[in-house]
Amino acid sequence: MNLTELIIKSIIILVIFGVTLVIAMYSTWAERKVAGFMQDRLGPNRAGPFGLLQPLADAGKMFFKEDFIPSQANKWLFIIGPCLAILTALMSSAVIPFGDSIRYEGLTIPVQGVEINIGILYVFGVVSLGVYGIMVGGWASNNKFSLLGAIRAASQNISYEIAMGLAIIAILMMTGSLSLRSIVAGQESFLTWNVFTQPLGFIIFLTCAFAECNRTPFDLPECETELVGGYHTEYSSMKLGFYLFAEYINMFVSSAVISTLYFGGYHYPFMNTVHNALTGSLGEVTGHNLATLIGMLVLFAKIFFFIFFFMWVRWTLPRFRYDQLMNLGWKSLIPLSILNVVVTGFGLLYDIEYASWLIVIVMVVLAVMSSARAPKRVVQPQRS
Amino acid sequence: MQLTNRSKQVSNKEMTLAEKMYLPAIAQGLAITIKHFFQKKPTIQYPEVKRYLGPIFRGHHVLKRDEEGRERCTACGLCSLACPAEAISMVAAERKKGEENLYREEKYAAVYEINMLRCIFCGLCEEACPKQAVYLRHDRFVPVFTERDQVIYGKDRLVEQLDDRYVRTGSEVRATPTEPTLSRSAT
Amino acid sequence: MKATEIIFYVLTAITLLSASFVVTARNPVHSVLALILTFFCLTGHYVLMNAQFLAAVNIIVYAGAIMVLFLFTIMFLNLQKEDEESKTTLTKMAAVVVGGVLLVVMVAVFRAASVAPYDPATYNTRVGLVESLGMVLYKDYLLPFELASVLFLVAMVGAVMLGKREPGDRHF
Repeated sequence: MNLTELIIKSIIILVIFGVTLVIAMYSTWAERKVAGFMQDRLGPNRAGPFGLLQPLADAGKMFFKEDFIPSQANKWLFIIGPCLAILTALMSSAVIPFGDSIRYEGLTIPVQGVEINIGILYVFGVVSLGVYGIMVGGWASNNKFSLLGAIRAASQNISYEIAMGLAIIAILMMTGSLSLRSIVAGQESFLTWNVFTQPLGFIIFLTCAFAECNRTPFDLPECETELVGGYHTEYSSMKLGFYLFAEYINMFVSSAVISTLYFGGYHYPFMNTVHNALTGSLGEVTGHNLATLIGMLVLFAKIFFFIFFFMWVRWTLPRFRYDQLMNLGWKSLIPLSILNVVVTGFGLLYDIEYASWLIVIVMVVLAVMSSARAPKRVVQPQRS
Repeated sequence: MQLTNRSKQVSNKEMTLAEKMYLPAIAQGLAITIKHFFQKKPTIQYPEVKRYLGPIFRGHHVLKRDEEGRERCTACGLCSLACPAEAISMVAAERKKGEENLYREEKYAAVYEINMLRCIFCGLCEEACPKQAVYLRHDRFVPVFTERDQVIYGKDRLVEQLDDRYVRTGSEVRATPTEPTLSRSAT
Repeated sequence: MKATEIIFYVLTAITLLSASFVVTARNPVHSVLALILTFFCLTGHYVLMNAQFLAAVNIIVYAGAIMVLFLFTIMFLNLQKEDEESKTTLTKMAAVVVGGVLLVVMVAVFRAASVAPYDPATYNTRVGLVESLGMVLYKDYLLPFELASVLFLVAMVGAVMLGKREPGDRHF
């Protein structure tokens, strides 16, 4: 690795890091805007044009609040908790391929933090560590509500990690690689995007991503109606800010992972045509770099859509009850994902690419049949 | 008792498979929220855009002048008598020679003060005034104050400026049902 | 000294320190957290040996799942107050004997085992990657691998059976 490559690589890493932070920052703004618009309000619009300076104002507020540590708390663990949360959140964007490659002075450098051949396992491992920030913080607060929030977070994350892993396994079987870049490369044409070959896996993964990010409808760890503030009840100032920020970074990372795994990453329809036209008209190097840039923009459009989807769901659905959460995870998602793995295996054996549609079709048919057979629910107007 | 026709009987029936899958209901809910996302927002951007509060809104007090620019108030004290919050106080004085273009009556209010912390904007002073001198403007608020010495409004802030005369629009609306309409039109 | 050597020594030092803290810590939660740190350092060692798959699996399974459950249980137990009086002399003696026997066994095994010398020229750096690991597992060690998976299945069924609520159980 020579110096130019090293410099370009470090620029890419720094840019990815910065972009992650900026997107997380503006997600807080977007969340409030989306919430406002869905509730027929306008959302923040006072700080700067369209309220665009709102994240800065929020950060300023966070920094100037009193940084309080409860006297009975375990001081070091109390501080380590939010640090762990934000550390694990920031680590996972390192292996996501954000674009094809940059050509510069005869070098071809992939737009990705690091390319490792177990990329998805790395993401998975880092995500599974994310719960430590919550657990350590919740326990160190020495508060029963915080502890309950931490315990809920732990059990929820472990439960949904299994279904998530099994959903990924179906993809790994189809791609034959753990590297995120080869998974993206396997979805080159539009109809081979994994969302079309693995519709059930996609739904399971999406649900589990919501649960892993502790987002509504699975935000039981910070369920304010039951647990005051959950694991961050005792936190204030920027420590609280770190927890909230970590949540938005996690949202960005899971949106990126969903787009990479199921929506073809930086691929878009007619990509080769665009690439050929650009390299033909602008030369091999400039054209290729421009095509890479378009691919990156497409990926970010997908990511933004999923971030919006996260918010959309948050402001639509109410929270699950705890037993419903566990039942959904263990009794529905895990058996379904195992079934998905088995059916995908059969599909691979007999060379049917769209085998897992079978489960979807069967489920839809069963649902229609059962709702047709069920007695009509009579809506009687109440009499006075 | 039926309040709306949207009430539903709650039933504890076993859910069908489609309902157990949650997805159709979730899609329904998402459709509702996205519809609201693109709807026109009813918000009025307050400090920039002010909403018309109607012709009978009771806002900032004003001591009217007549058509020739003379103060109408004769310092009879009926307003301060009528005031339930005892917010109005005044000192009467006799009109000197040569002041006929300033004051309409022979007696006038040398000092006329309203304590805005006490005032409840009931409009009884306006009703009590026999000279149609005190009005509560329908188009202007008493501004926010931050210090205690800002709350007592003297004549400097109450008397109508000649370049900023107050005209109550929609004067056909009676301020209170008991009043004769014509006598109250502030022109 | 090369960079990897420095990393190796630093990692080893942290591993040993945190491992001894696991044993000496008074607070069980601190102990578990130190154990997690130990696992992290072990993962670092795997990465140094280019065994990426093993490293990732170590993080996911041990640090990410098993230790979370450990922490979960210990947090529930609320071991704030000292429970030292339960350790009688007899249990201490038993612990010493068991530990001593384990030490003897380990020493014997390491003395008997012959570790093949490491030769940089012929060493295959890709041996720890997931492709070669899969080849070894599914070709050379297929039977033990499948037996282990059956064992796991049995354990899982057993856990479900134990966790199942029977008709007479108290609901709490």
